[in-house]
Amino acid sequence: MAYSEKVLEHYENPRNVGSFDKEERGVGTGMVGAPACGDVMKLQIKVGKDGVIEDARFKTYGCGSAIASSSLVTEWVKGKTLDEAMAIKNSEIAEELALPPVKIHCSILAEDAIKAAIADYKAKSGAEPGHEEKTAEAAVCSPHAAT
Amino acid sequence: MKFPIYLDYAATTPVDPRVAEKMIPYLTEHFGNPASRSHAFGWAAEEAVENARREVAALFNCDAKEIVWTSGATESTNLALKGAAHFYQGKGKHLITVRTEHKATLDTMRELERQGFEVTYLDVDGEGLLDLEAFKAALRPDTILVSVMYVNNEIGVIQNIPAISEWCRERGILLHVDAVQAVGKLPIDLAALKIDLMSVSSHKVYGPKGIGALFVRRKPRIRLEAQMHGGGHERGMRSGTLPTHQIVGMGEAFRLTRLEMAEEVPRLTRLRDRLLKGLQEIEEVYVNGSFEHRACNNLNMSFNFVEGESLMMAIRDIAVSSGSACTSASLEPSYVLRALGRSDELAHSSIRFSVGRFTTEEEIDYAVTLVKQKVHKLRELSPLWEMYCDKVDFNQVQWATH
Repeated sequence: MAYSEKVLEHYENPRNVGSFDKEERGVGTGMVGAPACGDVMKLQIKVGKDGVIEDARFKTYGCGSAIASSSLVTEWVKGKTLDEAMAIKNSEIAEELALPPVKIHCSILAEDAIKAAIADYKAKSGAEPGHEEKTAEAAVCSPHAAT
Repeated sequence: MKFPIYLDYAATTPVDPRVAEKMIPYLTEHFGNPASRSHAFGWAAEEAVENARREVAALFNCDAKEIVWTSGATESTNLALKGAAHFYQGKGKHLITVRTEHKATLDTMRELERQGFEVTYLDVDGEGLLDLEAFKAALRPDTILVSVMYVNNEIGVIQNIPAISEWCRERGILLHVDAVQAVGKLPIDLAALKIDLMSVSSHKVYGPKGIGALFVRRKPRIRLEAQMHGGGHERGMRSGTLPTHQIVGMGEAFRLTRLEMAEEVPRLTRLRDRLLKGLQEIEEVYVNGSFEHRACNNLNMSFNFVEGESLMMAIRDIAVSSGSACTSASLEPSYVLRALGRSDELAHSSIRFSVGRFTTEEEIDYAVTLVKQKVHKLRELSPLWEMYCDKVDFNQVQWATH
């Protein structure tokens, strides 16, 4: 499979790799995917008092496109309010990285990871209870239904 | 060293320069149709084809008349399974194969099921080996044909074909063996082994692509219903003008294999073991499939907590294969590794290395260094590795299966 220049660039030089302490104030952690499906993304955001995402970290188990997608979104969410970050669409990620159709699920996973991290932050800070957004349904990996 | 380093000889091999040299005159000079009986062009081509047939037969200690040319092993397997099933369906309609077979066998079996045959797919154990007791128990009075591969293409494990062939012969059941990955790695003596049909390919042993053969035993005589109809070439079993240059190439490739195998096998074993030794220095790595019953050129390993496709991307300087299937829509990892009972995680983390005639020690050492370095890098990126280091129990984690 040939990768786009942008995927290769993020893959070779991933941005914001690492972890925040989950328990730290202002940190939201989202972990999406499953090892059985071949990709797991952990995305963490650090939200300032003004509700703006100050910093982000990721770790990803998955193919090059999955790594690039998560690296890209850590850059994108920084400096955004939670509502702005919630508005990031997988199609924008896929377009930016020129992902082929078989890799669209990587961008969906990255979008899910942002939403999961924000939901975790909100749940921890007690803000807007019950306002957990339903994440986009990828449904591309169902390893237990396979013959 | 030339980059990228080729460590995917189980996928295909380069044509040996000595083979290519033999082929060229049959493209330009001796271009006759081997079926032309009326002039010297045809006679020269026919002689070359029959010489090559003798070379293929010599490697397996069988009669040249038992070799039927095909376009490759997929066609050989199709002809063997469909041809025998169709011809002998009056005796019964039950067929047996194994879950870890190549797609050429499994897909042909699926087609035969659609045509009204019943197929039993046998499981393998955690080592990838067929349990002989389970095999015996699966044989039925209406079983007409069994198909088992000699050496698995992904994990390189060797099935006990001598024992299986004895059992089949005793019960009067035909045995087809996909021997594509076994040629040149194991001695195959068809005078001793009770194999009835055997598929082989040229491009796995330094011959050209697009040519293969099917061994069809004459004593006792095995009959097949042709799947390709036309001019009645290959004693009616496979019509179509013979590609003389391809056949000459396959004949020379098999001749060289016969002459050099005794030296090549220990050399490949040493290289493969050197690779294994180096890679085993990495934490949390697993060899997939039996190491004891394994072809000398194959090493299939899982690098836990690292996804196979991203590892292949990281080690672009070496050409290998992955059991991960991140590119397929289903994201299904290798069905062979799943059949061994390997977890999806480990199946997704697998890489197949296969060494060959032109592999050097220097290349192996380079590969070991590169893989070590990149596995380390990707684990630094891996949330699963982090969890492993934090001693998280993976069975307690609720994964959001997507």
